[in-house]
Amino acid sequence: MSTDTLLYLDNVTVSFDGFRALNALSLFLQAGEMRAVIGPNGAGKTTMMDVITGKTRPDEGKVVFGRDTDLTRLDEPAIAALGIGRKFQKPTVFEPHTVWDNLLLALAGDRRPRFTLWARQSSEERDRIEAILRTIRLADHIKRPAGDLSHGQKQWLEIGMLLAQEPQLLLVDEPVAGMTDAETEQTAELLREINKTRSVVVVEHDMHFVRALGVKVTVLHEGSVLSEGSIDHVSNDPRVIEVYLGR
Amino acid sequence: MSRISTTLCLLLILGGAGLLAAGNATGAVPPYAVSLVGKYLCYAMLALAVDLVWGFAGILSLGHAAFFALGGYAMGMYLMRQIGTRGVYGNAVLPDFMVFLNWKELPWYWHGFDNPLFAILIALAVPGLLAFVFGWFAFRSRVSGVYLSIITQALTYALLLAFFRNDMGFGGNNGLTDFKDIFGFSLQSDGVRRGLLLASAGFLALQLVVARYVVTSRFGKVLIAVRDTESRTRFLGYRPERYKLFVFVLSAVMAGIGGALYVPQVGIINPSEFAPANSIEAVIWVAVGGRGTLVGAILGALLVNAGKTYFTGALPELWLFALGALFILVTLLLPKGILGLFARRAARPAPPVVEPAK
Repeated sequence: MSTDTLLYLDNVTVSFDGFRALNALSLFLQAGEMRAVIGPNGAGKTTMMDVITGKTRPDEGKVVFGRDTDLTRLDEPAIAALGIGRKFQKPTVFEPHTVWDNLLLALAGDRRPRFTLWARQSSEERDRIEAILRTIRLADHIKRPAGDLSHGQKQWLEIGMLLAQEPQLLLVDEPVAGMTDAETEQTAELLREINKTRSVVVVEHDMHFVRALGVKVTVLHEGSVLSEGSIDHVSNDPRVIEVYLGR
Repeated sequence: MSRISTTLCLLLILGGAGLLAAGNATGAVPPYAVSLVGKYLCYAMLALAVDLVWGFAGILSLGHAAFFALGGYAMGMYLMRQIGTRGVYGNAVLPDFMVFLNWKELPWYWHGFDNPLFAILIALAVPGLLAFVFGWFAFRSRVSGVYLSIITQALTYALLLAFFRNDMGFGGNNGLTDFKDIFGFSLQSDGVRRGLLLASAGFLALQLVVARYVVTSRFGKVLIAVRDTESRTRFLGYRPERYKLFVFVLSAVMAGIGGALYVPQVGIINPSEFAPANSIEAVIWVAVGGRGTLVGAILGALLVNAGKTYFTGALPELWLFALGALFILVTLLLPKGILGLFARRAARPAPPVVEPAK
């Protein structure tokens, strides 16, 4: 294992009532890499994210982040504090709060009640939020409750919240589901921009989008890696065609 | 909107209690009205406490009256010790019920209650401590929703049964009553009644200010986020159990203060205060006034209790039906309570949304 490996899943197995959602899954991610993960429904994509973010504990195997941190021993807030951010398939923002407050709560910083109880917004925090707003193109909506945003805007707000967390690694679950073509295009551009400074794992069904990202692709099937390589490589792999693309 | 209504509410509480006390001093307001309103204000503290956890943290506590009653018992113990030799049996140390049960000496947990400051400290500490222990286990194991509500019911029911027992040393079925003095002044005197009314108004106002600070702080924003999307806050690095625990303990202490002020004004505390129905009634006050508004909780408690006083006098057998009907009607027609009605009227139509140029 080279020193610039950011994330290393080693023989991870997760069973739910005898069903193996992940079956001895092994996966490497280099620091600074963007990786697309595809696979049919039930291939284990979401379970993989659950394991990395501490929501699900694997029955077997290790998940190593950075040099030697075993994520399977930590819970969600501890893993988030290490610098792993997650975007859900269904956009999950804090609906009653304004766009601004959503970003404020997501900003990296002290998460303890004793801090938030007395916290005042600093000018540094304001600058960081404004910078993120420009990136996610929501600067005109800061006072709107997040619940009033369109579907695509919510997706961007959630990506913005991920950025505010300043994670080393972003896990993004189906970011373009339900987006228009233009929005999909902008989202791909946004992710490439983010990838300049951070590592990204994107789970996606939309093959056009994966092609637009132009990154290494991992195909999951029945809880383990079926094929890995460039989009052209995997889409010409006969096993991939059989289980996924050729349906 | 909410800042205006909070300021208005503070003025009404303090001004109303002040006017009432002044009216009583000049003889225009009968003494019973002073204690009655004082009692309502204590209920309003309980309602505020319920709204803080239910409206802002999503913890539907159906056992909050337990914290209220515990605060009340602590104050009741002090008032019992104040009776001194004026009890039926004339025992300077033991309350009447202990003499009656043939107890020879004061149980250890009754020591110190002759000191009012100690009693007040306990009235805050015991509800807070119980809430801390309960919340520590419940929130850490991620118990929430209906399951949590059921456990809170079980908690208050267990306390009800425990306090019914004579062996507990809290007067059993009869509870604590026959109080004479508070801080050396007669509880029957008009001046003390006025003082208790003003103290209740003052503490209610203080609690409203504290609760509003908490829910509008960054802490409060996290709390609302936890209420709606708990798992999301975890992936952002927050620990929802700590937020819930803090607000649950704060809420229990607020309810305890309400109970401590309630007991000297009604003159009795007994195990029926732990009855699950009491806690459910408090939830109804909040729902009627408007959940998650703080001011609405106070409004609901005052209105429903005023209605209860009227109904139980005029048509006693119909009160529970009226309360049930009220809850159903509010749930169906006013999901945001009475305050929601005003908020809707105050809200102007939203400006048309202009999409940014792409």
